[in-house]
Amino acid sequence: MQIIKDKQLVESNWTYVADGDALNEGDITVSLARWNEEKSALQAHQGKVGVRLESDADVNVLAEDVDSLTLVELNFPAFTDGRGFSHARLLRDELNYQGEIRAIGSYMPDQAFYLSRVGVNAFAMKNADELAVALSTLDDFSVKYQASTL
Amino acid sequence: MYQYNDNDQTLINERVTQFRGQTERYLKGEIGEDEFRALRLMNGIYIQTHAPMLRIAGPYGLLSSPQLRKLASIARDYDKGYAHITTRQNIQFNWPKLEQIPDILEELASVQMHAIQTSGNCLRNTTADHLAGVCTDELEDPRPYCEIIRQWTILHPEFAYLPRKFKIAVSSSKQDRAATQLHDIGVHLVKNDAGEIGFRILVGGGLGRTPIIGTEIRPFLEKKHILSYLEAILRVYNLNGRRDNKYRARIKILVREEGIDKIRDLVEAEWLRIKDGMEVPAETFENMIAQFAAPTYDESAANDTSFAEKLADDVAFSKWVKHNTAEHRVAGYKAVFVSLKAPDCPPGDITDSQLDAVADLADEYSFGEVRSTHRQNLVLADIQEAKLYELWQKLDALKLATPNIGTVTDIICCPGLDFCSLANAGSIDVTREINNTLDDMDYIHDLGDIKVNFSGCMNGCAHQSVGHIGILGVDKKGVEWYQLTLGGSSENEAAIGQRLGRAIAKNEVPKAITDILEVYVAQRDSEEETFLATVNRVGISPFKEKVYANH
Ligand code: SF4
Repeated sequence: MQIIKDKQLVESNWTYVADGDALNEGDITVSLARWNEEKSALQAHQGKVGVRLESDADVNVLAEDVDSLTLVELNFPAFTDGRGFSHARLLRDELNYQGEIRAIGSYMPDQAFYLSRVGVNAFAMKNADELAVALSTLDDFSVKYQASTL
Repeated sequence: MYQYNDNDQTLINERVTQFRGQTERYLKGEIGEDEFRALRLMNGIYIQTHAPMLRIAGPYGLLSSPQLRKLASIARDYDKGYAHITTRQNIQFNWPKLEQIPDILEELASVQMHAIQTSGNCLRNTTADHLAGVCTDELEDPRPYCEIIRQWTILHPEFAYLPRKFKIAVSSSKQDRAATQLHDIGVHLVKNDAGEIGFRILVGGGLGRTPIIGTEIRPFLEKKHILSYLEAILRVYNLNGRRDNKYRARIKILVREEGIDKIRDLVEAEWLRIKDGMEVPAETFENMIAQFAAPTYDESAANDTSFAEKLADDVAFSKWVKHNTAEHRVAGYKAVFVSLKAPDCPPGDITDSQLDAVADLADEYSFGEVRSTHRQNLVLADIQEAKLYELWQKLDALKLATPNIGTVTDIICCPGLDFCSLANAGSIDVTREINNTLDDMDYIHDLGDIKVNFSGCMNGCAHQSVGHIGILGVDKKGVEWYQLTLGGSSENEAAIGQRLGRAIAKNEVPKAITDILEVYVAQRDSEEETFLATVNRVGISPFKEKVYANH
């Protein structure tokens, strides 16, 4: 699947593993609940492991884990649900998470710019046709007021 | 007033380009209705009964004469020749065409104006006292702090998709003219025991369906922490505010449901974490204060004697001075209210030619600046007393000198059924009827401060719940009815009005208002006792008896 990562269109080979399904080989994402329950098994997994956060998650539960994660996905249940924006901020500023933060789910390509300013650096769009729009919006503004944001 | 630097200008130019692209994509069918709705709202565009409505930001109500002229030309070229001042010091156009709005925004950008975040579930325009910088009861000019807050709000990437809209007001005076207790956040400049000036922060005030008066969350905050504290409140709200029901989504509900102590704990914890990284440098404050430096007042203004003579000679003039001017901190000057409440004119409306004329008057008499007020009038803030007479004559010729500021005909009124698709009932037509009835009563202008607020539905855009007299349009089986409340206030003694009784029919409203005024005159203990004080002393019963006497 194509995604945007660090302002480039790239191929993503992560596999979405639903709760209850067996772990695939290679790089996988699991829900936060599964991560919490099967952490040691997941940390022993051959490929890389990413965690999917829902919009009502408390990101602080990942405080101990940020160094062992290379991907956190923020799922937007609806584009109007702005909690993911604060989650991204907290992951970067409070937990000092350095890995990939990827926006997934139901958000607008027009939100990619604000998402990039709170620390999201990768974008998977439900509708792949919108990737080009999302990519172009990343350059919508060359100036900003909020010194503490990206 | 604040002048844009290159960054400010680039930002609003880029915003126009962004929205032009979004509008084009929408018109080509590439953006869905719901998605475009969110995007257009954050650019000030509602779709109402007849057409889109465009709401332009009036940052803390301050406008320059070139900006007024631009609004006049937009009213002429893109609208039906008038604009409307809102209760949050913004400016609205009721008849623009969607396809033309990017062009209007581009025109606005040429005079440092925009419509960013004037609607939608985001950080809205920061409002302030319309007499900021000239009134006699303030600690410090609040506008530099408003501008710092405004900049922090504009395109804040984290808080654009909040549970609900979010409004901040700032006041620095003894008399709160900015309704700060009825905003999501109210910021007050205060002095602590050590003599330092900082901020007292209120949270969780608001109007609408569930009017609530704000609660203190912090009694004193050092100035340098203002943005980190606001950011902490917004983050707590963004993460915890309810998203399941739009009527329970404002921060006032979160504060009420969780309790102020819990919210304070969350906010303070977050603030302690982020505050050191977000201090506002002293230099930023200094530079911003310099942007709002007082104009060069004429030192000889106080020597004038002609004003006193005119006051003694001309009854109409002295009546206007009494109602439509306010004391100024500089001797020999006054602040002048330009009344947008002429009896036959929809409250808060101003025509293109009036806008141009007020711009000229601002240039001639008031250092080229105008303010919009929370009660939908304009202010020329720096008028020499010696010039008041000629200014009055000119305003009078423009129908902008109705001597009714703060009186019962200075009604705040929402667009109601005439323009608003949410309305239950008409407001503009009833206001006209009330005005016609009151116009025949000479004494009404001498009744002093009576604030009548009139909303066409429960959303309460005209803040009826804090009107001394509140009128609310309700729908009963498709017929327009009106619910009256008494005793509300948005000022220091903020209070939510009490229901007078059952809703009344449309044709009964003007009579009910005159009944209420008659009871006040009969009940007040002296001419000094204000309407609100009388209502608070005698309660609503005598009013209720009279209004419902014949039913
Ligand atoms: S109070 Fe109701 S009718 Fe009036 S403008 Fe607001 S939403 Fe419309």
